[in-house]
Amino acid sequence: MVEFFTTTNLGILLLTLGQCLLVLVPLLVALAFLMYADRKVWAAVQMRKGPNIVGAFGLLQSFADFIKYIVKEVVVPAGADKFVFFLAPMISFIMAVIAWAVIPFNDGWVLADINVAILYVFAISSLEVYGVIMGGWASNSKYPFLGSLRSAAQMISYEVSIGLIIIGVIISTGSMNFGDIVAAQNGHGILSWYFLPHFPMLFLFFISALAETNRPPFDLPEAESELVAGYQVEYSSTPFLLFMIGELTAVVLMCALVSLLFLGGWLSPVEFLPDGFFWMFIKMVFCFFIFAMVKAITPRYRYDQLMRLGWKVFLPLSLAWVVLVSFLAKFEVLGGFWARWVIGG
Amino acid sequence: MSVADIAFYCFALTTVAGGLFTVIGRNPVHSVLWLILAFLSSAGLFVLLGAEFIAMLLIIVYVGAVAVLFLFVVMMLDIDFAELKAEMSRYMPLALLIGVVLLLQLAMAYGAWNFSDGVDARLAAPVEGGIHNTQGLGYLIYDKYIMLFQLAGLVLLVAMVGAIVLTLRHRQNIKRQDILAQMYRDPAKAMELKDVKPGQGL
Repeated sequence: MVEFFTTTNLGILLLTLGQCLLVLVPLLVALAFLMYADRKVWAAVQMRKGPNIVGAFGLLQSFADFIKYIVKEVVVPAGADKFVFFLAPMISFIMAVIAWAVIPFNDGWVLADINVAILYVFAISSLEVYGVIMGGWASNSKYPFLGSLRSAAQMISYEVSIGLIIIGVIISTGSMNFGDIVAAQNGHGILSWYFLPHFPMLFLFFISALAETNRPPFDLPEAESELVAGYQVEYSSTPFLLFMIGELTAVVLMCALVSLLFLGGWLSPVEFLPDGFFWMFIKMVFCFFIFAMVKAITPRYRYDQLMRLGWKVFLPLSLAWVVLVSFLAKFEVLGGFWARWVIGG
Repeated sequence: MSVADIAFYCFALTTVAGGLFTVIGRNPVHSVLWLILAFLSSAGLFVLLGAEFIAMLLIIVYVGAVAVLFLFVVMMLDIDFAELKAEMSRYMPLALLIGVVLLLQLAMAYGAWNFSDGVDARLAAPVEGGIHNTQGLGYLIYDKYIMLFQLAGLVLLVAMVGAIVLTLRHRQNIKRQDILAQMYRDPAKAMELKDVKPGQGL
């Protein structure tokens, strides 16, 4: 039986399919509850009750919404480019989901343990912009088009600084594999995690992640007050649901990235407790809570402020940090505080 | 046929189809989307060759940045498709000629191609010592050929500065945002409270 799954083509295919489902299904179920948590946090900040009707404490609200979206009618605008119009939400959803192929949840719990995992995630997250651009263009309508233009410029701008921040972590680790990056943060519990040696970059990364995933205060592509809902205006029913799931999955992916790169992944914060999936989960939920809080308490940026922040503040800062970290790692300042090379050196 | 063979034929087919539809597509936006498909499937081919670093760079640089800017520009153009088609048929003979010349060159180069001894071993492990190709590239670019790499970077920098200098113009008499001035505003300086009496106004 074991031989069938490890040697024959069909067996390997079935095994991989099973592993994919093992990641996907819990992820999508968790998303439903994260969406509920997002709304609850938002409501609590504004002293409202939030969803509280469907299920106990409104826990099943997301599932009710899911059914509502599915059974609604799909409306296609008259001048829309039909093929691209339906392709866009699918791309948005697929890109958000396939990035999880290389995200480890525990030591060795990963679908594809590849050398360039972090570049893969970066590449996929740079593809997510296509869902937004294509959706906005194919709708053949003014507001979606403006939203998609904004989104294209915004995501490209913040990708640059995300890339440079990631390079700092790669320089410290000497590897682009998530397993190696987390292993390099092992040692004295919470004190060994990368958020200390790469302290300012944690915040830069987090803010860039907000811009990259179109979350408030950088949700200009879908600013309700000026663009109605930006690129999503003409979408309804399941395509809209796909956009929404794609966006939220990208947010959770960014939470996973912050946990892996800066917060030690599945490592325990204190040495006497065992490492494990539990810690990864806690860290991701914590990051998501911060994402939700930021959404609730910040006003929206103006577009020129957003661009200025990306190009004139974050880019020089992260570039200078790469140079500084290269120096600190090369000369092993503080006895390898910045230099924890797994390979090479 | 192994899984890698099947994957190769899928990627090769989509690359060629993507390239073809980029040229013959009626709508320029569709052309750019086909081009993106061609980029993605050639990244897949690189992965099959074992060059995963190049594949990821291809996606990040070409698909994630260059093609987005293409799409950005093409989406905003208002193009007369009929005129474009007429143009295309006018230049068809020239395009065919260039295509034939390129094909001939390729055929000649391939006809005279000889593999040196031990090429299989070098293809399997381009750098000695059993390290993977990202690390190998790092050694080659940043240790062995650092001067050439820096020179190439310098050329690009000069080109960039040149492009900026050529297009830079200072427009007078337009309103600009002064971010620092905006940040240092405070309520005391920015607004004045007036007590407006009913029926009198200011």
